[in-house]
Amino acid sequence: MTKNRIALALAAPFAAAVLALAGPAHAAETELKLEKVEIDLADLPRLQSGARTFVNYCLGCHGAELVRYNTLVQLGLTEQQVKDNLMFTAEKIGGYMRTAMRPADGKEWFGVAPPDLSVIARARGADWLYTYLRGFYRDPSTVTGWNNTVFPTVAMPNVFEHLQGDRVRKEEPVMRDGKEVGDGHGGVLTRVTFETIRPGSQTPVEFDRTVRDLVNFLVWMGEPVQDQRKQIGFFALLAIGVLIVLSYLLYKEYWKDVH
Amino acid sequence: MSTSSGATTHPASGASFSTPSPMDPRRRNLIIGTCVAGGAAVAAAAWPFLDSWSPSERAKAAGAPVEADFGALGPGQRMIVEWRGKPVWIINRTKEMLADLAKIPPGNLVDPDSKQANQPPYATNATRSIKPGLFVVVGICTHLGCSPTDKFTAGDPTMPAGWEGGFFCPCHGSMFDLAGRVYKNMPAPDNLIVPPYRFASDTTVIIGEDTKGA
Amino acid sequence: MAEAKAPAYDSSKWFGRTLNWIDDRFPMTALWRSQVAEYYAPKNMNFWYFFGSLALLVLVIQVVTGIFLTMHYKPDARFAFASVEYIMREVPWGWLIRYMHSTGASAFFIVVYLHMFRALLYGSHRKPRELTWIFGCLIFLSLMAEAFFGYLLPWGQMSYWGAQVIVNLFGAIPIVGEDLAIWIRGDYVISDATLNRFFAMHVIAIPLVLIGLVLAHLIALHETGSNNPQGVEIKKHKDANGIPLDGIPFHPYYTVKDLFGVMVFLLVFAVIMFFAPEMGGYFLEYNNFIPADPLVTPSHIAPVWYFTPYYSILRATTDRIMPVMAVAVAVLALMTIVRARSGWMRGAVAGGAVLVIIGFFTLEAKVWGVVFMGVSVLVFLALPWLDQAPVKSIRYRGPLYRLALAVFVIVFVILGYLGTLPPTPGRTLVAQVCMLAYFAFFFLLPWYSRWDSHKPVPERVSK
Repeated sequence: MTKNRIALALAAPFAAAVLALAGPAHAAETELKLEKVEIDLADLPRLQSGARTFVNYCLGCHGAELVRYNTLVQLGLTEQQVKDNLMFTAEKIGGYMRTAMRPADGKEWFGVAPPDLSVIARARGADWLYTYLRGFYRDPSTVTGWNNTVFPTVAMPNVFEHLQGDRVRKEEPVMRDGKEVGDGHGGVLTRVTFETIRPGSQTPVEFDRTVRDLVNFLVWMGEPVQDQRKQIGFFALLAIGVLIVLSYLLYKEYWKDVH
Repeated sequence: MSTSSGATTHPASGASFSTPSPMDPRRRNLIIGTCVAGGAAVAAAAWPFLDSWSPSERAKAAGAPVEADFGALGPGQRMIVEWRGKPVWIINRTKEMLADLAKIPPGNLVDPDSKQANQPPYATNATRSIKPGLFVVVGICTHLGCSPTDKFTAGDPTMPAGWEGGFFCPCHGSMFDLAGRVYKNMPAPDNLIVPPYRFASDTTVIIGEDTKGA
Repeated sequence: MAEAKAPAYDSSKWFGRTLNWIDDRFPMTALWRSQVAEYYAPKNMNFWYFFGSLALLVLVIQVVTGIFLTMHYKPDARFAFASVEYIMREVPWGWLIRYMHSTGASAFFIVVYLHMFRALLYGSHRKPRELTWIFGCLIFLSLMAEAFFGYLLPWGQMSYWGAQVIVNLFGAIPIVGEDLAIWIRGDYVISDATLNRFFAMHVIAIPLVLIGLVLAHLIALHETGSNNPQGVEIKKHKDANGIPLDGIPFHPYYTVKDLFGVMVFLLVFAVIMFFAPEMGGYFLEYNNFIPADPLVTPSHIAPVWYFTPYYSILRATTDRIMPVMAVAVAVLALMTIVRARSGWMRGAVAGGAVLVIIGFFTLEAKVWGVVFMGVSVLVFLALPWLDQAPVKSIRYRGPLYRLALAVFVIVFVILGYLGTLPPTPGRTLVAQVCMLAYFAFFFLLPWYSRWDSHKPVPERVSK
C-alpha cells in the first residue's frame, strides 16, 4: 500500500489547492474590513421591503435593465401589487426595470454614468454593499460633499441622507495612560470614529435593517433562480446517489470475474 | 492490490471471461436496474435542453396581453395596436356601419354565421364582437398574410357595386365586410381572426386575454 | 474481404439481418470488437485511469451545452454581456446550461491535469506511447486556446482585460509583435471585431481541432494498448489466442468501472454546479459580473485559475531573475556538453547556450517572460525523451524521481495560487524560486532519472 500512499500524498497538494481556492476575492476597492450581513432569500417580507427601498432610492439613477418587473412576483407579490407599489414609470409589467435618468445625464452630473445594478451583488458581494451603503459621511473636500469608507471619493452622494442622518469622520490619537501611542512607523496610532451631527429619520438599528433588506434584495436580484437552483440540485444529488450505488454494485458484480 | 516490489510474479491469473453462459440473474437484474435508472436520468437531463427552446421570458413578455385605451377613438375611426408582432385593429363602428353590415345577403359570404373557429365564443355573433360598436380584429388577411386596407364607406367607388363597407386586401383582392367576414369567390378562405380580448373598463380593452370565466 | 466473412449475427431474425446488412457495408461490429469489446486493457488499472474517460465526458458536456448556449448568445460587443444574463434569467433552464458550461470549463482542466499527472506517476508517456502523449499535449494546448477564446465571450471586465493582457503578450515579440497583436485583435484594443472572431474560434475552429486530436489520441492509445500502474507491458505475455494474459476486455469490465467513476464525478460536478457555481470566485470571477469597460481597468486582474501557474511564471520573469537563469542555462549546457556524443552536438549546444544567455541580457525581461511561459507549457511535449529511467512506474522508481515529482506538484500548486493574487516583492520571490524548481523538474530529469535507484519490475501484472 505504500506506493498508493505516495500517490495520494502527491495528490494531496491538489486537494489542498482546491481548498485554498475558497478565499474571497470580490472586486472591493479597499482592503477595509467589511461588515457581515445576513442574507436570507426565503424571507419574503424582507425581500419585499428591500424591493421597495430599491425602487424608491436606487431606481431613480440606476437601472436594473436585465430584470423584468414581473420577476418581482417571485417575492410573493401579485402582478397588481407590483404595479401598484413598485412601478412608477409607465412600463409594462413585463418591461425591464429601466432608470428614469438617461446615462448621458448621469455622466454629466456625477462624472460617471451610474452602473446598472442587475448583477451588482454578484460583482461586489453582499458584505461590501452592506458596508458601502452604510459608509457615507460628510466630507466638504469632495465634489458631492460626501465620502465613503469603502469607496473613497465615490461619485455617488448619500441617497439615504434623510434616513441615516449626517455623519463626519474623526481621526483621533489612541490614548493609553493619558499618552499617545506610536504606530511603529514614527507616527501616532489613530482611531477613526464617526460622529452623527444630524440624526436621520431612522434610528441606527432601523437604518441597518433597511440597508440589510435592500442588500438582501440585491442579492436575490443578482440571480433570482438561486433558491430554485439549490432545490433542483438537491434532487439531482439524490438521483446521482442512486446511480452511484447501482453502478458500484454493477462494477463489483462484473469484477468478480477478474482474478 | 499487491505492491510488493521485486520480481515476484503472480501465478497466471488472466480474467475468466471464458464461454458465454446463461447470465447470472443478479447480474441481469443489476444491468436492468442501472439501465432503467440511467435512462430516467438521461431523460431528466435532456429535458432542460429541449425546454430551452420554449419561448423565453422575453418572448412571453413580447407576447403578453396588450392594453389599449380607445377612449379617444372617434366614430368610424380605427386604431392599430401591436400584439405578438401582429397588427390588431380596434374599430369604432357607427350605427350606420352596423346597419349596412346587416344588409349584406348571407349568401354573398363564405361563413356568414362565423361557424369556423376564427373568433372566441363570446364574439360568435352577428357583429363578431363583444360590444356591437367596437370591433377588435387581427388585421391580417387569412389568405397569405397581407394587411387589408380600409374601405369603410358603403358604395366606395373603387369597390364593386353594392359595397356595404369593409376591407380590401391589396395583395390578391380579397374582400371582407365590416365584421371581417370574407366574401365568396375570394382567394382568402376564412374570416379575419378575432383575438381573445376583454374590457378592463369602459374605455380600455385588453387584447390577448380572455374575458374572465369565458 | 467482406464476402468471405461469416455473418456475425443470426440471419433468421430481422434485427440480426439488419446488423449483418450494415456490417457488409461498414465495419460496425469489427470496430466495436477491436476498439471496445476485444480491446484488452490491463486488469490492474486503478482510479487514476478514470480521468481519461472523464475528460471525454466533459468534452461531450461542453460541446452539448455550448451548442445550446450558442442558440441564445450574441457575439456582439453591445449585446454580449446582456445576452449572457438573458440566458441566466429568461431562457428556460438557461442558467443550468450556462452553469454546466462554466463549471465544465474548470472541470475540464481539473480532469486533464489529473490525467496528465497519472502519466507522470506511471510513465504512461514513455516508450511506446510517446505519440499518445504528444497528441495529449496538443489537446492540452488546444484546450488552453479554447478556454482563452471562450473567456472573452461573457464580455465582463475580466474577459476584456484578460484578453487584453494575453493578446499584448504577443506584442512582446521583437519587431513583429505590435503588428501581430493588432492583427489578432483586428483593432487597436479588444473590441467587437475581436469578440466576433474569438467567438468563431471558440465555437467551431478549436472544437474541430480538439475532436480530431482526441480521435488521434485514442487511436494511438489503442495501437499500443493501455499502460498500467506497474508499467508492465501486458502484450509480452499472451495466451494461445493472442490475448494478453493480464488483459481484460475493455467492455464490460472497464465500461462498468468507468460508469462508476462517471457517477462519482457527476456527484462532485453537481455539488459545485448547483451549490457553488462561482466556486468562491475561481470558476466565475466576481469582476466578470461588471460589463467590459475599455476605459477602466479593474484594480486586480488575474486569469482563471487553470492558467495561473503559467501566468505566475510570466510575472516572475523580472530583470533580477535573468542572471540566475543565465547561470542555470550555462550549467545545463555544460552538463549536456559533457554527455554529448559528437563534437557537432557539443558545438551546437554551446553555441545555442551562448546565444540564449546573450539574449537574456539584451532583450527585455518581458520578452523572456513570454518565452518562459511558453516553454513551461511546451516542455511537456519533450517529457518522454527527457525521462531516461529504465522503469516507467513510480512503484519501481527511486527516491529522486519521487521527490522531484512531489516538489513539482507542490510548486505547480503554489505558482497557481500566487497567480491569482496581486504581486508583492515577497510573492514574486517565491514565484521565482518555484519557477526554477518547475524548470529543474524537466531539464534536470535526464540526469536524475539515470542516477536514481530503481527496483526490479515484475514480468507480469499483479492485481
